[in-house]
Amino acid sequence: MTGVSVLLIILVLVSVRRARIRVEYSVAWLVGAAALLFFSRARGLLRAVADLLGVTYPPLALVLMVGCVFLLIFYRFSLIISQLKDDNIALAQRVAILEYHLRMMKDHAAS
Amino acid sequence: MSQPVPDGKLLILIPAFNEEGAIAGVVRSVKEVMPGVPVLVVDDCSRDATVTLARGAGAQVLTLPHHLGLGGCVQAGYKLAFELGYDYVIRVDGDGQHDARDIPRVFETLRTSGCEMVIGSRYLENNGSGTSAVRTVGIRFFRIVLRPILGKTVRDPTSGFVGVNRNALGVFGRSFPLEYPEIEALVVLQRRRFRFTEVPCHMRPRRTGRSSITPMKSIYYIVHVLLGVFVNVLKYERRIPKQSRRA
Repeated sequence: MTGVSVLLIILVLVSVRRARIRVEYSVAWLVGAAALLFFSRARGLLRAVADLLGVTYPPLALVLMVGCVFLLIFYRFSLIISQLKDDNIALAQRVAILEYHLRMMKDHAAS
Repeated sequence: MSQPVPDGKLLILIPAFNEEGAIAGVVRSVKEVMPGVPVLVVDDCSRDATVTLARGAGAQVLTLPHHLGLGGCVQAGYKLAFELGYDYVIRVDGDGQHDARDIPRVFETLRTSGCEMVIGSRYLENNGSGTSAVRTVGIRFFRIVLRPILGKTVRDPTSGFVGVNRNALGVFGRSFPLEYPEIEALVVLQRRRFRFTEVPCHMRPRRTGRSSITPMKSIYYIVHVLLGVFVNVLKYERRIPKQSRRA
């Protein structure tokens, strides 16, 4: 898990540097990956968390936590995508309506 | 066949996507039945000659910059109609399934009934307007689902032959389902305690093209619409109290 989290952090940082991910959308990934890295190194804490969750095998607790973190990330991105789609539709409709008005004005001026 | 247009500013709205085989005939038939009434074709980014043929037949055309689907397409038309000050809009499909001769009946009911929406229904009279067995089963299913939500039976909840007044235009400009909008739109209006009624109309098999709802998509359609219906039912915060609706 340590390797996976380090790879994820590098991947996200490189993507941000190349402007393929906006900084505000990289935060959720970096926090999730950092949490994954932290718990994969802090074995004692991970065991305590596993006991708290009633999981006998500590790495399984780590997977469970990672799953929960990424579910939250996916949920947040679903909200963002939905908002973007709504904005996109409204913009497309507005562009169409403005073009319609423009065409009407041109036709009116030409006649 | 031609009828004078009574008081009230009316627009005929025709959503179209790749309907070059039928659109010109649909526009001409509407203009023949309702002379002097503007016809607006909303083109959902067709790849064929729909726009050219619609303009050639005498329609105004609102061209979307990219494909939005039926709901986004119809909503764009409603928004423009609202901006231009129309009192009534009647939507007719661009595939030639709806008989333009039924438009005056829908318009008259819209003007005189006080309802915010009038639906052209193929099931109110036995006029031979049949449809496929799968679609018939789906319509019957949604009749049962919608009965307790709407408080009355809607015989043809999937009909795209719909007239709305300015109150409904204002609502639909802000909130309109994007995919398979007909059924959800009924719930959107019901949540605002708006009224609707049905009038008999004729429907023909589509002249050209193919329905977007294939047998495989039917399952997705049912799940999607069911979810949309119940999500709209849960939007209690958007309800408008009965006494303030007419204020």
